[in-house]
Amino acid sequence: MTDHTDEQAPAAASFWRDPRKRAIVFQVIVLAIVLGLGAYIFHNTLHNLEKRGISTGFAFLHNEAGFGILFSLIPYDETYTFGRTFLVGLLNTLLVSAIGIVLATILGFIVGVARLSHNWIISRLANLYIEIFRNVPLLLQILFWYFAMLPLLPHPRQSLAFEGGIFLNRRGLYLPAPVAEPGFGWVLVTLGLVIAAVVVLRRWAHRRQEATWQIFPVFWTSLALLIGLPLLSYGLLGAPLDWDYPALKGFNFQGGMTVIPELVALAIALAIYTAAYIAEIVRSGIQSVSHGQTEAAYALGLKRGTTLRLVIIPQAMRVIIPQLTSQYLNLTKNSSLAPAIGYPDLVAVFAGTTLNQTGQAVEIIAMTMGVYLTLSLTISAFMNWYNKRMALVER
Amino acid sequence: MTDRKTHPASEEIPAVQLQGVHKWYGEFHVLKNINMDVARGERIVICGPSGSGKSTMIRCINRLEEHQKGHIVVDGTELTSDVKNIEQIRREVGMVFQHFNLFPHLTVLENCTLAPIWVRKMPKAKAEEIAMHFLEKVRIPEQASKFPGQLSGGQQQRVAIARSLCMNPAIMLFDEPTSALDPEMIKEVLDTMIELAETGMTMLCVTHEMGFAKTVANRVVFMDGGEIIETNDPHAFFDNPQHERTQLFLSQVLQH
Amino acid sequence: MSEMMQEKYAPGTHPDWEPPATEVGVIGWMRENLFSNWRNSALTLLGVYLVYLIFVPLIDWAIVNADWAGDTRDACTSGGACWVFVKVRFNQFMYGFYPAEEYWRVNATAVLFALMILWLTVPRIPLKRVAGVLTLFVFPIAAYFLLGGGVFGLSEVETTRWGGLTLTLILAVVGIVAAFPLGIILALGRRSEMPIVRALSVAYIELWRGVPLITVLFMSSVMLPLFLPEGVNFDKLLRALIGIILFQASYIAEVVRGGLQAIPKGQYEAADALGLSYGKKMVLIILPQALKLVIPGIVNTFNELFKDTTLVLIIGLLDLLAIIKAALEDSNWLGYSIEGYVFAGAVFWIFCFGMSRYSRALERKLHTGHKR
Ligand SMILES: Nc1ncnc2c1ncn2[C@@H]1O[C@H](COP(=O)(O)OP(=O)(O)OP(=O)(O)O)[C@@H](O)[C@H]1O
Ligand SMILES: [Mg+2]
Repeated sequence: MTDHTDEQAPAAASFWRDPRKRAIVFQVIVLAIVLGLGAYIFHNTLHNLEKRGISTGFAFLHNEAGFGILFSLIPYDETYTFGRTFLVGLLNTLLVSAIGIVLATILGFIVGVARLSHNWIISRLANLYIEIFRNVPLLLQILFWYFAMLPLLPHPRQSLAFEGGIFLNRRGLYLPAPVAEPGFGWVLVTLGLVIAAVVVLRRWAHRRQEATWQIFPVFWTSLALLIGLPLLSYGLLGAPLDWDYPALKGFNFQGGMTVIPELVALAIALAIYTAAYIAEIVRSGIQSVSHGQTEAAYALGLKRGTTLRLVIIPQAMRVIIPQLTSQYLNLTKNSSLAPAIGYPDLVAVFAGTTLNQTGQAVEIIAMTMGVYLTLSLTISAFMNWYNKRMALVER
Repeated sequence: MTDRKTHPASEEIPAVQLQGVHKWYGEFHVLKNINMDVARGERIVICGPSGSGKSTMIRCINRLEEHQKGHIVVDGTELTSDVKNIEQIRREVGMVFQHFNLFPHLTVLENCTLAPIWVRKMPKAKAEEIAMHFLEKVRIPEQASKFPGQLSGGQQQRVAIARSLCMNPAIMLFDEPTSALDPEMIKEVLDTMIELAETGMTMLCVTHEMGFAKTVANRVVFMDGGEIIETNDPHAFFDNPQHERTQLFLSQVLQH
Repeated sequence: MSEMMQEKYAPGTHPDWEPPATEVGVIGWMRENLFSNWRNSALTLLGVYLVYLIFVPLIDWAIVNADWAGDTRDACTSGGACWVFVKVRFNQFMYGFYPAEEYWRVNATAVLFALMILWLTVPRIPLKRVAGVLTLFVFPIAAYFLLGGGVFGLSEVETTRWGGLTLTLILAVVGIVAAFPLGIILALGRRSEMPIVRALSVAYIELWRGVPLITVLFMSSVMLPLFLPEGVNFDKLLRALIGIILFQASYIAEVVRGGLQAIPKGQYEAADALGLSYGKKMVLIILPQALKLVIPGIVNTFNELFKDTTLVLIIGLLDLLAIIKAALEDSNWLGYSIEGYVFAGAVFWIFCFGMSRYSRALERKLHTGHKR
């Protein structure tokens, strides 16, 4: 609108009446306020830290931590540094999030599909699940599983025993641990080579099909290669993998792999809570595909299962995937409730214990927030990319 | 369009037989005592006011809707709740919808090969060959690798026709195939349907295109209130309608 | 009506028949929804089994075998739920450590709030704008003095004694009300044409939305004192509230932005064409429409916030969940965790479920309202 005024009105508008100039002034003022506030906070903080005798900077990361951590994926004890505690916490966060995401996805899809079932009872039950678990605070659910349900499990001596050497009691979940013997490395090498070969094979088959219209049974060949060859090498090398089974010794289990109860409770609570949201996403995603699509597929003679697999799900997934990713992100952020039951995640170990030990609140909170922020921004970048790609293919 | 499948053995049985068919939606009686035989190669146009049950009737023929009373026999197979029969019939009956219902996530070619590959278990190359053949018949082979969203309505509807033909159906059902189209696109779709009629395909078309009915139909069926009011050959139907409701309907339609 | 005796009707005279008995009524409904084919029937059996598995023991525990009467744990003998625990502690769960003789102040605040909400939500009561202004500006001040006391002869009650459901509601309501204006400003900033304003808004929104609330609460409880000049200090509740407000504003901003985007461009242009300034355009034309559109979204955000207030447990405030957790650690009542958490869950559920229903109903109303 203002672009043409130059030609028609030779005299420039007075300074305060020109919207562009006004915008510039306004922005300068806003910026000045924000910077001023920042400087003020910065000044206060420095002053306060000095007053309390707290050092600044990241040098503390090299200091010895001096406290133990309940559970760690990497070697750790009191003699490691604070830098290491950060890493331990981060890995524990990623671990519980990964487990939670897998469980929540499976459960969420089951409940979401059940919600759409033509069967009235099943659909009502799924709805009940969604309405109950979505409308109760997650923290309450975590506490419930940990403090109210866990004590109902038996003592180690009366553990629940499952197929394949798995035991469950109130001290945790005990699983057999794989132990690689010499030579197992070669099995992994074979697996790696086979995966590479399959990738090459798929490319080749695709190109040949484009050129000659001949179909090569890629799927079955790949599957045979992927399972067969590593298995063969495994057999030839004399089965170089052993399982270490947990066994009851005295009052507790020894050997095998122990999943601490905090991890079990947190993962279950996260999965159950998030699954309620995922179920709603799945339901609305599937419902977003118009009924005409199903009818057209049926009219062509496609069966129910094939229709779902080839027509409904691929279209629903476009709606589902972006929302699903944001639920994964939420789950990861929610795993920060771990301190409530003492699971040693990033927040508990780093923003909790490490902060208390060093007092370096600013650095530690910034690093903790930085981790989550990085995750969020990465995932939203992925979603933007995904949405754009999907939009391009469609139109 | 010459390569129609012939059914020498079943030449005598009608392609579609409806006997005393009734259907209810809840308490609402939609179809009332429908009786109709469609012979092989016969082309039937069904018309009638909105809500008279035309769509419901032809959707019963490939069991997109379930009837509650009476018998429907398609190609010698009676439609019951037996899943095998339903699958069998849907393979033999093609359907074209008002809103095309192409699969937006698949290319035009993939739309056409989907059912032959997964239902007829055809090798992909063969399916693509057939698909290209029919895409040429509907005169859009050059669009094969595009997505439906990139086509005009008329083109989409022609793809939908080609997609049905790829299953080599014995009977084709059309539910107002042109009523979602702009006038200039209606003709291209009707031309395709006329060419299809010339190959001897058995066709049931719900349409208000009276010109099409006059040139192509062997019989015109007029429905109202869930009943078949009148069945006649097109000339008699248009020039000398028997029933007063037909007269009223025609006077309204032809005014426009 | 067998086919043999099918009556003949002239074309166009067939009467409406009753549907076959298997199609309607209870039988028809069951056939359609429970037993339409063998798969469906199998699912029905599975469903009935699940219901039996879950609800029979649950009802048995929670109602049939439960203990209601009595004042001590000795009253809990029947093996079912011990609701005595909840009964004995009920006042604490509701009011925290608020002095018992002053409970009426909490109740009065709650009634006042309920009336405001009624005024705002019941369509037939007029003067919605007045109600909005009162709720946003007058009510908080009134509530603050009523609860905190120290004026008009009301005895002072320190915030450390606030707790239970009262505190939960305070956190949630203050959180949303105070975050609302900030959220609107951020949303306008994000859609502004001024690059610096836009960048700052985007940075603010993305920063807060990218981190979990718990880190924000940690920040406000340990870092806020560092940010302020020496000697200035807030109490714990206010620090938590500041964290919640800053955090919540970014979520509200995104909801409001959705509403702003949904307003057709023509509305902006029409306002420009009338010669309205930016402020007038927004306040008179755009925001009234956009905010109406986003009410369901705001209710949803509030719902999430309501659940998230429980996180203050981790920084040591005694909201409903925290106070129940603390009560469970009382050595007189050890072992009644399930009762405690089920009660807490039920209270939260009633609020959250109610709000989600309300927001869904609103959404439906808005959608039908916009149909043309
Ligand atoms: N799924 C359904 N549930 C309940 N009633 C339905 C359903 N589908 C259609 N009807 C009703 O059945 C009647 C017949 O519908 P139908 O679609 O067969 O009409 P039509 O003759 O095809 O009309 P149009 O020319 O508008 O397409 C209408 O009154 C319609 O409202
Ligand atoms: Mg119709």
